[in-house]
Amino acid sequence: MTSQVTSSFQGTADLPKWVSPAMLLAFFMGSFTLQVMLASSTEQNELNLIPVAVFGLVGYAVALYALSRFVEGRRKATDRLVTILVTAAFSLALIPLLSLAYTVVQNGAARFDAEFFTFSMRNIVGEGGGALHAIIGTLEITGIATLISVPIGIMAAIYLVEYGRGTIARLVTFFVDVMTGVPSIVAGLFAYALFVIFFGPGVRMGLGGAIALSVLMIPVVIRATEEMLKIVPNELREAAYALGVPKWLTVIKVVLPTALAGIATGVMISIARVIGETAPLLIIAGFTASMNYNPFDERMMTLPVFVYTSYANQGVDMQSYVDRAWAGALTLMLIVMVLNLVARLISKYFSPKG
Amino acid sequence: MSKRIELQKLNVYYSSFLAVEDVNMVIEPKAITAFIGPSGCGKSTLIRTLNRMHEVIPGARVEGQLLMDGEDVYGPDVDPVRVRRQVGMVFQRPNPFPTMSIKDNVLSGYKLNNSRMSKTEAEELTEKALVGANLWNEVKDRLDKPGSGLSGGQQQRLCIARAIAVEPDVILMDEPTSALDPISTAAIEDLAVELKEKFTVVIVTHNMQQASRISDMTAFFNIAGTGMPGKLIEYDRTEKIFSNPAEQQTEDYVSGRFG
Repeated sequence: MTSQVTSSFQGTADLPKWVSPAMLLAFFMGSFTLQVMLASSTEQNELNLIPVAVFGLVGYAVALYALSRFVEGRRKATDRLVTILVTAAFSLALIPLLSLAYTVVQNGAARFDAEFFTFSMRNIVGEGGGALHAIIGTLEITGIATLISVPIGIMAAIYLVEYGRGTIARLVTFFVDVMTGVPSIVAGLFAYALFVIFFGPGVRMGLGGAIALSVLMIPVVIRATEEMLKIVPNELREAAYALGVPKWLTVIKVVLPTALAGIATGVMISIARVIGETAPLLIIAGFTASMNYNPFDERMMTLPVFVYTSYANQGVDMQSYVDRAWAGALTLMLIVMVLNLVARLISKYFSPKG
Repeated sequence: MSKRIELQKLNVYYSSFLAVEDVNMVIEPKAITAFIGPSGCGKSTLIRTLNRMHEVIPGARVEGQLLMDGEDVYGPDVDPVRVRRQVGMVFQRPNPFPTMSIKDNVLSGYKLNNSRMSKTEAEELTEKALVGANLWNEVKDRLDKPGSGLSGGQQQRLCIARAIAVEPDVILMDEPTSALDPISTAAIEDLAVELKEKFTVVIVTHNMQQASRISDMTAFFNIAGTGMPGKLIEYDRTEKIFSNPAEQQTEDYVSGRFG
């Protein structure tokens, strides 16, 4: 250090801004060259990118830490090391997600056309056909499941937060926790067993699928709503009571509107959670190649089951079955994405302003 | 309308813990009564028993008699909701409803109770309550904006407007200025003095200057120690409490020798 320290606040000099990115680039290039050389020397022509990333990252982290320690001191060096670790962990978590989205879009685009959204699979062998029957089925079954779960879930959460005291409340909380962990196949078997009582063995209908999905959905809705109701400030409840508003009106007109944005987000997340369920629908909703708009009778196709059966039972023209499966997966992903966007819009427009 | 409140042998409990013991006093109509005393002496607890807000807390209960113009507030068939419609309350921290506009906040006492009113009625009532709370001029151009966008002092006056819009007989204020700056505090104090023309006003305050400035009667509460119940030590005209109190404890407190 050539400059003289003039202030007690003055610390060691910082590394110039370009040093860190330059070192990152240098180490990855170095690691890449090394791997290329290794690959050519061992006569293996395949280049493995994983060691490139690992060696590049470790080399970069160690070298930057050492350099920073020498120039900037221990505190800033630790800061740089931790920043590298956190960023690396984040990128690692992001890689599968991006890879998945890319694969689904790339493979799904082949059959993501008008026919896919206007045709069912009735009388179709080989090319062509569509998933309209599965899209309708998914929307109807998930819609009915939502209609069942949301009122029950929200009212149960209101009971737990606003009214519940003592043993019953603790029991409900316990069973909600247990239900959150119920495997989806068990929910499907439950719905099937329930419908067998009324309609006899071998029953298949969309409503059963909706019941199975509700079993999975209700605990999620209860949990999300409960958390949202808990963060409504008690002062607002007291303000309403002090105006001579009865408790039930306070809950409906003060507590619920204040928590609405959060509850809407929770509901959307719970829908996204069950819309991709396959196992319970395979049991109780069954699968079919035909249109069925009536959830109270006969088999009903859904998108996850459509994807599964297209992939599992490939026909003569294999590629067209695989393409349809991917297009179905892409459609399902887009539906979930739209639901998430809707949830964001709802929470934007309904959240308390100020 | 304003009502006389009589407290007779009033004991207030949280479950088995006796928080306030044996209070006997008469709160006069069309006057400001101030409750003063050190923290934890039960002032806020007592003021919350006056409109039965106390029992919102699980396990809280009251023994003794509380009469409002001779009617027993804790009588067997009394509906606490009806009591609260006649006894308005302003809290320590301003708490306007965040989902409502300024106008809806003022009318919340009606809207939350599903009362119907015509548009002109609603507008007149909004103006009257906001004028009554000295807030009209500041917000008349933005009645449809959310109430949480106002400053702390304005929010507190909005809460007062909300309380007086339902035309209660009694207004309770639980440390209404402790979260406000001196200018907003002065506005609220002026307002309290105006409100006593029409209502019975009870105010809890930590600020002895405030009590001496605005109140007609002052009640001094104290506790013997932690875990002991709070007691009413002295209740008299404000001038007397601050110039020539009968009790030594009161004199020590108002002269700043403790607490």
